[in-house]
Amino acid sequence: MAEITVQLNGEARALPAGLTLTGLLEALELDPRKVAVERNLEIAPRNGYAAIAIEDGDRLEIVHFVGGG
Amino acid sequence: MTHAPNTPAASSPALAEDRPFVVAGRTLASRLIIGTGKYQSYEDNARALEASGADMITVAVRRVNLSDPSQPRLVDFIDPSKYVFLPNTAGCFTGEDAVRTLRLAREAGGWSLVKLEVLSDPKHLYPDMAETLRATDMLVKEGFDVMVYCSDDPVYARKLEDAGACAIMPLGAPIGSGLGIQNPVNIRLIIEAASVPVIVDAGVGTASDAAVAMELGCDGVLMNTAIAEARDPVRMARAMKHAVIAGREAYLAGRMAKKRYADPSSPLAGLI
Repeated sequence: MAEITVQLNGEARALPAGLTLTGLLEALELDPRKVAVERNLEIAPRNGYAAIAIEDGDRLEIVHFVGGG
Repeated sequence: MTHAPNTPAASSPALAEDRPFVVAGRTLASRLIIGTGKYQSYEDNARALEASGADMITVAVRRVNLSDPSQPRLVDFIDPSKYVFLPNTAGCFTGEDAVRTLRLAREAGGWSLVKLEVLSDPKHLYPDMAETLRATDMLVKEGFDVMVYCSDDPVYARKLEDAGACAIMPLGAPIGSGLGIQNPVNIRLIIEAASVPVIVDAGVGTASDAAVAMELGCDGVLMNTAIAEARDPVRMARAMKHAVIAGREAYLAGRMAKKRYADPSSPLAGLI
């Protein structure tokens, strides 16, 4: 299966080609309701994860709320 | 007229209700807002939050640790449907950083009420006010309701309000210092001039500091380290709850005038 390379939370990572954001979050065992995703400096709308196919060279950030002041 | 001791006289007037604490259209039950950083665990944090009576908490936005997805998550201990989460921009040094972070926060949380803090030097963590003002403007234009951490400068406080800030949050002392309200004159000047809520954010070390802030007429107090780094955070959270209520009540009651000399409380007439 073809692979692509993305920057995921600042680190290079190989992913199978054709993966959607929904597929990525499932593979990472992350609950989509508890995170937010940025793709190439643009917010990925939560209701559109299934329609967003990750492409080679994408810069992805997956964030969540942590303790802070 | 006689009435039984300890029974309130029927004629005693009811205390006038305080006006509600409203930020950007949201009514908060407590004037105490607490941070969620520096606790030993999210369990400790949740217990202190319960004891504080606060209904708004600040949170930070950070990368998920992908190497260990089983790490405890804040939202599993503190329910976002029960408390108002106020995402901050801690760690941002420019308006662009702040906008980027809060866009993610808005997507993660689904709400637009945020806390802006644009800091400068790590030694004092003072806000960079020129950049803070620019970031406020950018965020307001993006539709955020922006509560702004700021210096205790009444001139900048006015500019932030003019830029559309929904709350002005001057520091009492440097973040995490616990030094108390260092410049009560400026805080009072900011309060007198503001038509949005003024919340002292940072510098409170113990309960009397919170009371001082409220006695000055602040609408609320935001604190983190004072509770998280107390020996017993749950007890300190409860102390802060009472201090904020006491300070507010004292402000509303109107303190006595200060006098240069003593003034006896017992009558001088009728001495034997």
